[in-house]
Amino acid sequence: MAQSVQSEYQQRVLPPRVSTFWWLEKGSYLVFILRELSCVFVGWFVVYLLMLVRAVIQGDASYQAFMAWSATTPILLLNIVSFLFLVFHAVTFFDAAPQAMVVKLGPNKVPGSLILAGHYAGWAAASALVIWLVVGA
Amino acid sequence: MPDRIKLQVARYRPEQESAATFDEYDIPCPKDWVVLDGLNHVKDRMDGTLAFRWSCRMGVCGSCGMMVNGEPKLTCGTFLSDYGPGPVKVEPLRNFPIIRDLIVDMGDFMRKLVAIKPWIVRKVEKPLSEGEYLQTPDELEDFKQYSMCINCMLCYAACPVYGLDPHFIGPAAIALAQRYNLDSRDEGSDERNKLLSEHEGIWGCTFVGECTKVCPKHVDPAGAIQRYKLTAAVETVKAFFMPRGGA
Repeated sequence: MAQSVQSEYQQRVLPPRVSTFWWLEKGSYLVFILRELSCVFVGWFVVYLLMLVRAVIQGDASYQAFMAWSATTPILLLNIVSFLFLVFHAVTFFDAAPQAMVVKLGPNKVPGSLILAGHYAGWAAASALVIWLVVGA
Repeated sequence: MPDRIKLQVARYRPEQESAATFDEYDIPCPKDWVVLDGLNHVKDRMDGTLAFRWSCRMGVCGSCGMMVNGEPKLTCGTFLSDYGPGPVKVEPLRNFPIIRDLIVDMGDFMRKLVAIKPWIVRKVEKPLSEGEYLQTPDELEDFKQYSMCINCMLCYAACPVYGLDPHFIGPAAIALAQRYNLDSRDEGSDERNKLLSEHEGIWGCTFVGECTKVCPKHVDPAGAIQRYKLTAAVETVKAFFMPRGGA
Protein backbone atom coordinates (compact mmCIF):
# COMPACT_ATOMS: atom_id res chain seq x y z
CA MET A 1 0.00 0.00 0.00
CA ALA A 2 2.72 2.44 1.09
CA GLN A 3 4.73 1.46 -1.99
CA SER A 4 1.85 2.26 -4.37
CA VAL A 5 1.25 5.62 -2.66
CA GLN A 6 4.97 6.41 -3.03
CA SER A 7 4.91 5.35 -6.68
CA GLU A 8 1.84 7.49 -7.39
CA TYR A 9 3.51 10.42 -5.64
CA GLN A 10 6.65 10.04 -7.76
CA GLN A 11 4.56 9.97 -10.93
CA ARG A 12 2.89 13.25 -10.00
CA VAL A 13 5.99 15.16 -8.91
CA LEU A 14 7.65 17.30 -11.56
CA PRO A 15 11.39 16.54 -11.49
CA PRO A 16 13.86 19.44 -11.69
CA ARG A 17 15.59 20.09 -14.99
CA VAL A 18 18.85 21.93 -15.57
CA SER A 19 19.44 23.47 -18.98
CA THR A 20 22.68 22.57 -20.79
CA PHE A 21 23.25 26.31 -21.06
CA TRP A 22 22.57 27.09 -17.39
CA TRP A 23 25.90 28.94 -17.25
CA LEU A 24 24.56 31.58 -19.66
CA GLU A 25 21.60 32.42 -17.41
CA LYS A 26 23.52 34.75 -15.09
CA GLY A 27 26.68 36.83 -15.30
CA SER A 28 28.04 35.24 -12.13
CA TYR A 29 27.55 31.72 -13.56
CA LEU A 30 29.46 32.76 -16.70
CA VAL A 31 32.30 34.21 -14.60
CA PHE A 32 32.43 30.90 -12.71
CA ILE A 33 32.64 28.86 -15.91
CA LEU A 34 35.36 31.15 -17.29
CA ARG A 35 37.29 30.69 -14.05
CA GLU A 36 37.03 26.92 -14.42
CA LEU A 37 38.10 27.22 -18.07
CA SER A 38 41.13 29.29 -17.04
CA CYS A 39 42.66 26.09 -15.58
CA VAL A 40 43.28 24.92 -19.16
CA PHE A 41 45.41 28.00 -19.79
CA VAL A 42 47.22 27.58 -16.47
CA GLY A 43 48.05 24.04 -17.65
CA TRP A 44 49.25 25.38 -21.00
CA PHE A 45 51.65 27.82 -19.31
CA VAL A 46 53.09 24.99 -17.23
CA VAL A 47 53.72 22.99 -20.42
CA TYR A 48 55.15 26.11 -22.13
CA LEU A 49 57.52 26.72 -19.22
CA LEU A 50 58.73 23.10 -19.30
CA MET A 51 59.32 23.41 -23.06
CA LEU A 52 61.34 26.59 -22.44
CA VAL A 53 63.44 24.88 -19.78
CA ARG A 54 64.10 21.94 -22.13
CA ALA A 55 65.12 24.34 -24.94
CA VAL A 56 67.53 26.17 -22.61
CA ILE A 57 69.09 22.86 -21.48
CA GLN A 58 69.54 21.71 -25.10
CA GLY A 59 71.67 24.73 -25.97
CA ASP A 60 71.66 28.07 -27.76
CA ALA A 61 70.35 26.83 -31.15
CA SER A 62 67.44 25.06 -29.52
CA TYR A 63 66.66 28.15 -27.42
CA GLN A 64 66.71 30.42 -30.50
CA ALA A 65 64.41 28.01 -32.35
CA PHE A 66 62.02 28.01 -29.38
CA MET A 67 62.01 31.83 -29.30
CA ALA A 68 61.31 31.99 -33.05
CA TRP A 69 58.45 29.47 -32.65
CA SER A 70 57.09 31.53 -29.71
CA ALA A 71 57.05 34.65 -31.94
CA THR A 72 54.78 33.03 -34.54
CA THR A 73 51.29 34.53 -34.64
CA PRO A 74 49.30 31.51 -33.35
CA ILE A 75 51.59 30.95 -30.34
CA LEU A 76 51.73 34.68 -29.63
CA LEU A 77 47.91 34.91 -29.70
CA LEU A 78 47.58 31.79 -27.57
CA ASN A 79 50.00 33.22 -25.00
CA ILE A 80 48.23 36.60 -24.90
CA VAL A 81 44.86 34.87 -24.30
CA SER A 82 46.51 32.55 -21.74
CA PHE A 83 48.04 35.50 -19.91
CA LEU A 84 44.65 37.26 -19.69
CA PHE A 85 43.03 34.07 -18.37
CA LEU A 86 45.88 33.66 -15.88
CA VAL A 87 45.39 37.18 -14.52
CA PHE A 88 41.63 36.49 -14.31
CA HIS A 89 42.34 33.18 -12.53
CA ALA A 90 44.70 34.82 -10.04
CA VAL A 91 42.43 37.78 -9.26
CA THR A 92 39.32 35.63 -8.74
CA PHE A 93 41.36 33.16 -6.66
CA PHE A 94 42.71 35.96 -4.45
CA ASP A 95 39.25 37.48 -4.11
CA ALA A 96 38.07 34.17 -2.68
CA ALA A 97 40.93 33.90 -0.17
CA PRO A 98 39.41 36.08 2.61
CA GLN A 99 36.28 33.90 2.56
CA ALA A 100 38.29 30.72 3.05
CA MET A 101 40.89 31.97 5.52
CA VAL A 102 40.00 32.98 9.04
CA VAL A 103 43.22 34.23 10.61
CA LYS A 104 43.26 35.25 14.24
CA LEU A 105 45.83 37.46 15.95
CA GLY A 106 45.12 36.99 19.63
CA PRO A 107 41.38 37.45 20.11
CA ASN A 108 40.95 39.55 16.96
CA LYS A 109 40.20 38.36 13.45
CA VAL A 110 42.47 39.71 10.73
CA PRO A 111 40.25 41.71 8.34
CA GLY A 112 39.63 40.21 4.90
CA SER A 113 41.13 43.29 3.22
CA LEU A 114 44.48 42.60 4.94
CA ILE A 115 44.44 38.94 3.87
CA LEU A 116 43.73 40.09 0.31
CA ALA A 117 46.51 42.69 0.49
CA GLY A 118 48.90 39.97 1.74
CA HIS A 119 48.13 37.83 -1.29
CA TYR A 120 48.72 40.70 -3.71
CA ALA A 121 51.94 41.62 -1.87
CA GLY A 122 53.13 38.02 -2.25
CA TRP A 123 52.22 38.09 -5.94
CA ALA A 124 54.11 41.37 -6.44
CA ALA A 125 57.17 40.00 -4.59
CA ALA A 126 57.21 36.80 -6.68
CA SER A 127 56.82 38.83 -9.90
CA ALA A 128 59.64 41.18 -8.84
CA LEU A 129 61.88 38.17 -8.19
CA VAL A 130 61.14 36.72 -11.64
CA ILE A 131 61.76 40.10 -13.32
CA TRP A 132 65.06 40.43 -11.45
CA LEU A 133 66.09 36.91 -12.52
CA VAL A 134 65.21 37.54 -16.16
CA VAL A 135 66.33 41.15 -16.59
CA GLY A 136 68.59 42.12 -13.74
CA ALA A 137 70.67 39.10 -12.89
CA MET B 1 5.09 53.82 -8.89
CA PRO B 2 2.27 51.74 -10.46
CA ASP B 3 -0.86 51.14 -8.36
CA ARG B 4 -1.30 47.72 -9.94
CA ILE B 5 1.16 45.10 -11.13
CA LYS B 6 0.97 41.85 -13.04
CA LEU B 7 1.98 38.70 -11.21
CA GLN B 8 2.93 35.77 -13.44
CA VAL B 9 2.70 32.70 -11.24
CA ALA B 10 3.95 29.23 -12.14
CA ARG B 11 1.22 26.65 -11.86
CA TYR B 12 1.54 22.89 -11.82
CA ARG B 13 -1.62 20.88 -11.26
CA PRO B 14 -0.51 17.24 -11.53
CA GLU B 15 -4.06 15.95 -11.90
CA GLN B 16 -4.57 18.19 -14.95
CA GLU B 17 -1.22 18.79 -16.62
CA SER B 18 2.19 17.19 -17.11
CA ALA B 19 4.24 20.41 -17.20
CA ALA B 20 4.28 23.75 -15.41
CA THR B 21 2.41 26.69 -16.96
CA PHE B 22 1.96 30.35 -15.98
CA ASP B 23 -1.19 32.14 -14.84
CA GLU B 24 -1.23 35.92 -14.84
CA TYR B 25 -2.97 37.99 -12.16
CA ASP B 26 -3.45 41.74 -12.10
CA ILE B 27 -3.10 42.75 -8.44
CA PRO B 28 -2.86 45.97 -6.37
CA CYS B 29 0.68 47.20 -5.64
CA PRO B 30 0.76 49.32 -2.47
CA LYS B 31 4.33 50.31 -1.64
CA ASP B 32 4.38 48.17 1.51
CA TRP B 33 3.27 44.96 -0.22
CA VAL B 34 5.76 42.15 -0.59
CA VAL B 35 5.46 39.35 -3.14
CA LEU B 36 3.91 37.12 -0.46
CA ASP B 37 1.15 39.72 0.08
CA GLY B 38 0.48 39.57 -3.66
CA LEU B 39 0.24 35.78 -3.58
CA ASN B 40 -2.07 35.89 -0.56
CA HIS B 41 -4.24 38.42 -2.38
CA VAL B 42 -4.52 36.02 -5.32
CA LYS B 43 -5.28 33.10 -3.01
CA ASP B 44 -7.90 35.00 -0.96
CA ARG B 45 -9.64 37.03 -3.67
CA MET B 46 -8.88 35.64 -7.12
CA ASP B 47 -7.93 31.98 -7.21
CA GLY B 48 -8.21 29.82 -4.11
CA THR B 49 -6.55 26.87 -5.83
CA LEU B 50 -3.10 28.49 -5.82
CA ALA B 51 -0.76 26.52 -3.55
CA PHE B 52 2.33 27.92 -1.79
CA ARG B 53 4.06 27.73 1.58
CA TRP B 54 4.37 30.56 4.07
CA SER B 55 4.24 31.11 7.79
CA CYS B 56 5.90 33.90 9.77
CA ARG B 57 5.93 36.78 7.24
CA MET B 58 9.06 38.19 8.88
CA GLY B 59 12.05 36.36 7.40
CA VAL B 60 12.44 33.93 10.27
CA CYS B 61 10.70 30.67 9.35
CA GLY B 62 12.25 30.20 5.91
CA SER B 63 9.04 28.78 4.40
CA CYS B 64 8.27 31.25 1.63
CA GLY B 65 11.39 30.90 -0.55
CA MET B 66 10.57 31.12 -4.28
CA MET B 67 12.15 32.27 -7.51
CA VAL B 68 11.22 35.91 -8.14
CA ASN B 69 12.16 37.03 -11.63
CA GLY B 70 14.67 34.17 -11.73
CA GLU B 71 16.33 34.93 -8.37
CA PRO B 72 15.83 32.87 -5.19
CA LYS B 73 14.11 35.16 -2.66
CA LEU B 74 12.16 35.07 0.57
CA THR B 75 8.87 36.40 -0.76
CA CYS B 76 8.04 37.94 2.62
CA GLY B 77 11.02 40.28 2.25
CA THR B 78 10.77 41.08 -1.45
CA PHE B 79 8.79 44.22 -2.25
CA LEU B 80 6.56 44.24 -5.31
CA SER B 81 7.30 47.92 -5.87
CA ASP B 82 10.97 47.06 -6.50
CA TYR B 83 9.83 45.22 -9.64
CA GLY B 84 7.70 48.02 -11.11
CA PRO B 85 6.24 48.31 -13.69
CA GLY B 86 6.29 44.50 -13.76
CA PRO B 87 5.40 41.84 -14.59
CA VAL B 88 6.77 39.86 -11.66
CA LYS B 89 7.42 36.22 -12.40
CA VAL B 90 7.08 33.87 -9.42
CA GLU B 91 8.25 30.27 -9.70
CA PRO B 92 8.99 27.45 -7.26
CA LEU B 93 12.56 27.13 -5.97
CA ARG B 94 14.82 25.80 -8.68
CA ASN B 95 16.59 22.42 -8.39
CA PHE B 96 13.80 20.79 -6.38
CA PRO B 97 10.97 18.49 -7.54
CA ILE B 98 7.68 20.39 -7.75
CA ILE B 99 4.72 18.93 -5.89
CA ARG B 100 2.15 21.58 -6.86
CA ASP B 101 2.27 25.18 -8.07
CA LEU B 102 4.94 26.87 -5.90
CA ILE B 103 5.44 23.99 -3.48
CA VAL B 104 8.63 21.96 -3.80
CA ASP B 105 9.57 18.62 -2.28
CA MET B 106 12.13 19.46 0.42
CA GLY B 107 12.66 15.83 1.50
CA ASP B 108 16.14 15.60 0.02
CA PHE B 109 17.30 18.67 1.95
CA MET B 110 15.76 17.40 5.17
CA ARG B 111 17.52 14.02 4.83
CA LYS B 112 20.86 15.76 4.26
CA LEU B 113 20.26 18.11 7.16
CA VAL B 114 19.70 15.23 9.58
CA ALA B 115 22.73 13.35 8.19
CA ILE B 116 25.18 16.07 9.28
CA LYS B 117 23.83 15.91 12.87
CA PRO B 118 22.92 19.55 13.42
CA TRP B 119 22.95 19.34 17.18
CA ILE B 120 25.59 19.36 19.90
CA VAL B 121 27.16 15.90 20.13
CA ARG B 122 28.90 14.97 23.38
CA LYS B 123 30.96 11.82 23.84
CA VAL B 124 29.90 11.72 27.47
CA GLU B 125 27.21 14.02 28.81
CA LYS B 126 28.15 15.55 32.13
CA PRO B 127 25.52 15.29 34.87
CA LEU B 128 23.07 18.17 35.25
CA SER B 129 24.42 18.81 38.74
CA GLU B 130 27.69 20.03 37.18
CA GLY B 131 25.86 22.86 35.47
CA GLU B 132 25.80 24.15 31.92
CA TYR B 133 28.56 24.06 29.32
CA LEU B 134 30.10 27.50 29.52
CA GLN B 135 31.27 29.44 26.51
CA THR B 136 33.12 32.73 26.09
CA PRO B 137 31.87 35.50 23.74
CA ASP B 138 34.87 34.79 21.48
CA GLU B 139 33.93 31.11 21.25
CA LEU B 140 30.35 32.10 20.42
CA GLU B 141 31.61 34.48 17.75
CA ASP B 142 33.42 31.61 16.00
CA PHE B 143 30.17 29.96 14.89
CA LYS B 144 27.41 32.53 15.43
CA GLN B 145 27.25 33.58 11.77
CA TYR B 146 26.57 30.00 10.66
CA SER B 147 23.87 29.56 13.31
CA MET B 148 21.72 32.20 11.61
CA CYS B 149 20.63 29.72 8.87
CA ILE B 150 16.83 29.41 8.68
CA ASN B 151 16.80 26.41 6.29
CA CYS B 152 15.05 28.42 3.58
CA MET B 153 16.90 26.48 0.83
CA LEU B 154 17.51 29.59 -1.30
CA CYS B 155 21.18 28.54 -1.43
CA TYR B 156 20.22 25.18 -2.94
CA ALA B 157 18.12 26.92 -5.58
CA ALA B 158 21.08 29.17 -6.47
CA CYS B 159 23.66 26.36 -6.54
CA PRO B 160 24.23 24.90 -10.02
CA VAL B 161 26.33 22.12 -8.52
CA TYR B 162 23.31 20.87 -6.57
CA GLY B 163 21.19 21.20 -9.70
CA LEU B 164 23.62 19.09 -11.71
CA ASP B 165 24.48 16.62 -8.95
CA PRO B 166 21.63 16.09 -6.45
CA HIS B 167 23.92 13.88 -4.35
CA PHE B 168 25.88 16.99 -3.30
CA ILE B 169 25.14 17.66 0.37
CA GLY B 170 24.71 21.33 -0.43
CA PRO B 171 25.51 24.73 1.05
CA ALA B 172 23.17 25.04 4.04
CA ALA B 173 23.84 21.54 5.39
CA ILE B 174 27.61 22.07 5.19
CA ALA B 175 27.36 25.53 6.79
CA LEU B 176 25.32 24.01 9.62
CA ALA B 177 27.86 21.22 10.03
CA GLN B 178 30.49 23.93 10.39
CA ARG B 179 28.28 25.74 12.88
CA TYR B 180 28.46 22.70 15.20
CA ASN B 181 32.05 21.75 14.37
CA LEU B 182 33.18 25.23 15.45
CA ASP B 183 31.12 25.16 18.66
CA SER B 184 33.42 24.73 21.66
CA ARG B 185 30.78 22.56 23.41
CA ASP B 186 30.56 20.06 20.56
CA GLU B 187 32.53 16.81 20.21
CA GLY B 188 30.90 15.43 17.06
CA SER B 189 33.19 16.81 14.36
CA ASP B 190 34.74 13.39 13.60
CA GLU B 191 31.28 11.95 12.86
CA ARG B 192 30.33 14.89 10.62
CA ASN B 193 33.68 15.01 8.89
CA LYS B 194 33.27 11.48 7.53
CA LEU B 195 30.29 12.74 5.55
CA LEU B 196 31.75 16.13 4.70
CA SER B 197 35.00 14.67 3.39
CA GLU B 198 33.27 12.51 0.79
CA HIS B 199 33.10 13.63 -2.82
CA GLU B 200 29.48 14.69 -2.34
CA GLY B 201 30.57 16.76 0.67
CA ILE B 202 32.83 19.78 0.59
CA TRP B 203 34.82 18.59 -2.44
CA GLY B 204 31.70 18.64 -4.59
CA CYS B 205 31.60 22.43 -4.23
CA THR B 206 33.35 24.27 -7.05
CA PHE B 207 32.86 27.65 -5.40
CA VAL B 208 30.36 29.34 -7.65
CA GLY B 209 29.60 31.56 -4.66
CA GLU B 210 25.92 32.18 -5.47
CA CYS B 211 24.78 30.54 -2.21
CA THR B 212 26.38 33.34 -0.22
CA LYS B 213 24.96 36.04 -2.49
CA VAL B 214 21.35 34.87 -2.13
CA CYS B 215 21.45 34.03 1.60
CA PRO B 216 18.95 36.34 3.35
CA LYS B 217 20.71 35.84 6.69
CA HIS B 218 24.30 36.48 5.55
CA VAL B 219 25.40 33.02 6.64
CA ASP B 220 28.06 32.77 3.91
CA PRO B 221 27.79 29.03 3.16
CA ALA B 222 30.43 29.34 0.40
CA GLY B 223 32.87 30.71 2.98
CA ALA B 224 32.02 27.88 5.38
CA ILE B 225 32.75 25.29 2.69
CA GLN B 226 36.05 26.86 1.57
CA ARG B 227 37.07 27.26 5.20
CA TYR B 228 36.38 23.61 5.83
CA LYS B 229 38.29 22.59 2.69
CA LEU B 230 41.32 24.43 4.07
CA THR B 231 40.92 22.71 7.45
CA ALA B 232 40.56 19.28 5.79
CA ALA B 233 43.64 19.87 3.61
CA VAL B 234 45.75 20.95 6.61
CA GLU B 235 44.55 17.92 8.60
CA THR B 236 45.47 15.59 5.70
CA VAL B 237 48.97 17.07 5.48
CA LYS B 238 49.33 16.81 9.28
CA ALA B 239 48.19 13.16 9.21
CA PHE B 240 50.74 12.41 6.47
CA PHE B 241 53.71 13.94 8.27
CA MET B 242 52.54 13.15 11.80
CA PRO B 243 50.62 9.85 11.53
CA ARG B 244 50.56 9.51 15.31
CA GLY B 245 49.25 12.99 15.86
CA GLY B 246 52.69 14.41 16.59
CA ALA B 247 53.04 12.32 19.77
